[in-house]
Amino acid sequence: MSTIEIHDEDTPVMMNASQLQRERRDKRMQVIMPLGALVIAVLLWEFLVWYNEVPHYLIPAPSLILKTLWVEGPSLLGSAWFTVKLTLMSLALAMIGGVLLGMLFALSRTVEMSLFPFAVILQVTPIVAIAPLILIYVDSTFSALLICAWIVAFFPILSNTVIGIRSADHNLRDMFSLYHATPWQRLRFLLVPSALPYFMAALKIAGGLALIGAVVAEFVAGSAGQNTGLASRILESSFRNEIPKMFAALLLVSLLGIAIFLATSFLSKLVLGKWHESEIKRER
Amino acid sequence: MAAQPVDALIDVRNVHKIFGNGTVAIKDMSLTISEGEFVSFLGPSGCGKSTALKMIAGLLSVSAGEIDVNGHPAGQGGETGDIGYVFQDATLMPWANVFDNVFLPLRLQGVSRRDATPRITEVLAQVGLSKFHKSYPRELSGGMKMRVSIARALVTNPKLLLLDEPFAALDEITRFKLNNDVLRLWEENNLTVIFVTHSVFESVYMSSRVVLMGARPGRVIEEIELPRAVGRTDEYRTSAEFGEHARTVTQALERTMTNVDH
Repeated sequence: MSTIEIHDEDTPVMMNASQLQRERRDKRMQVIMPLGALVIAVLLWEFLVWYNEVPHYLIPAPSLILKTLWVEGPSLLGSAWFTVKLTLMSLALAMIGGVLLGMLFALSRTVEMSLFPFAVILQVTPIVAIAPLILIYVDSTFSALLICAWIVAFFPILSNTVIGIRSADHNLRDMFSLYHATPWQRLRFLLVPSALPYFMAALKIAGGLALIGAVVAEFVAGSAGQNTGLASRILESSFRNEIPKMFAALLLVSLLGIAIFLATSFLSKLVLGKWHESEIKRER
Repeated sequence: MAAQPVDALIDVRNVHKIFGNGTVAIKDMSLTISEGEFVSFLGPSGCGKSTALKMIAGLLSVSAGEIDVNGHPAGQGGETGDIGYVFQDATLMPWANVFDNVFLPLRLQGVSRRDATPRITEVLAQVGLSKFHKSYPRELSGGMKMRVSIARALVTNPKLLLLDEPFAALDEITRFKLNNDVLRLWEENNLTVIFVTHSVFESVYMSSRVVLMGARPGRVIEEIELPRAVGRTDEYRTSAEFGEHARTVTQALERTMTNVDH
């Protein structure tokens, strides 16, 4: 059998050197610019508090917040661990539930039509309004908080999984039919990879939402008093007028949120980096 | 359609296709294609040529009539991989590299990666992509993607190759090259090819028979026999013979258009 020669017009597209350099510079700036702005803002804050002699029970200086964080560290970290556990467990449950139900929805219109309203009702009813009820019905506070955080994080994963599976290329579906693919092969080689970009986008949103759900639920449960998450520490500090401690706990919540965002973004890049930009590229 | 040739690979008998919204996509289509033929479906958009191809592949059901492919009703029986199909877009999996894209049909048949490798290497060499096993579709030009798509269609050693306007989105230079490649692959692999196109010149250059189709409702208007395109080169594109055949087909096509417009 003969082979044919590849002509110049058929070589793969490569980026030239200056373009690569520009990309690299852009990447550096992506880190330097936000960090620099943050540092300047904190310094300005410190200066204004010192210059205007603002009392620490109104606005504490960043240095005082850091000191409080250091002093209260052990007890605050214990609370932070509680919130981390709550957030990650609810996110994990949201992923499992969202993906399984999403697959079921995508494979069966009947199931989707009958169950989707429930998912929507759960989603549109503010969690603050449902949380007190859940706290009444569920004995364990932790389980109640978990359910609240789960409800918030679950919906984007469900809806994006459904859209992702439905978005699988129709010609590729035909291709799989032509070769008599089994439902399992279709799922593994076509539907899951097609849904992955959508799922990853949902995961980024759900990560943040799980934290919000955990904090909000804790606020509602605050009076119950048995839990020691970061949110209840913020409430507690507020009652005692310990504003620096409030800020310290708040800082930990923010850091936790940032960590989740970075982790999900990294995961997304890891899974999709190789191929997904291709979606927008069309034939020349 | 009284006496069918014995070696008919595809036998389409009085097929109708009506879509759910009432559109008549195909009206009373009958056609016989023998083994080794290179047949073009030529017609304006909306004449049901892609629909006909999908029905032959078994990807669409017929509303009435029958289609036999290799002695089996279309889409039922027959061996998986007897039919290769190339879509208008390359339709590659963007998450898989060239090798894995071509591996797909064999993988779906349960062939292991190790057993499939020699065949994949061979078929990628046939389409001139030996050096690109590891490349991802986004790294390839439109013409190369189409070659991958053709390699994937051929990897199962099909008897029948169905091409659905495969080169419509490509530039002319690439298209001419791929035209020749497809003709070469047709000869080398003893294929029967159905080639859907809306280009008169492409159909005349490549096929041994042009099936002219008209729109609204989609139907076969005329069949034009042409010399077999064996050992054909680009010089043929400028030959008097080519011009003569192109004129015949163009005139026939014009007649169908005036028929539609009344």
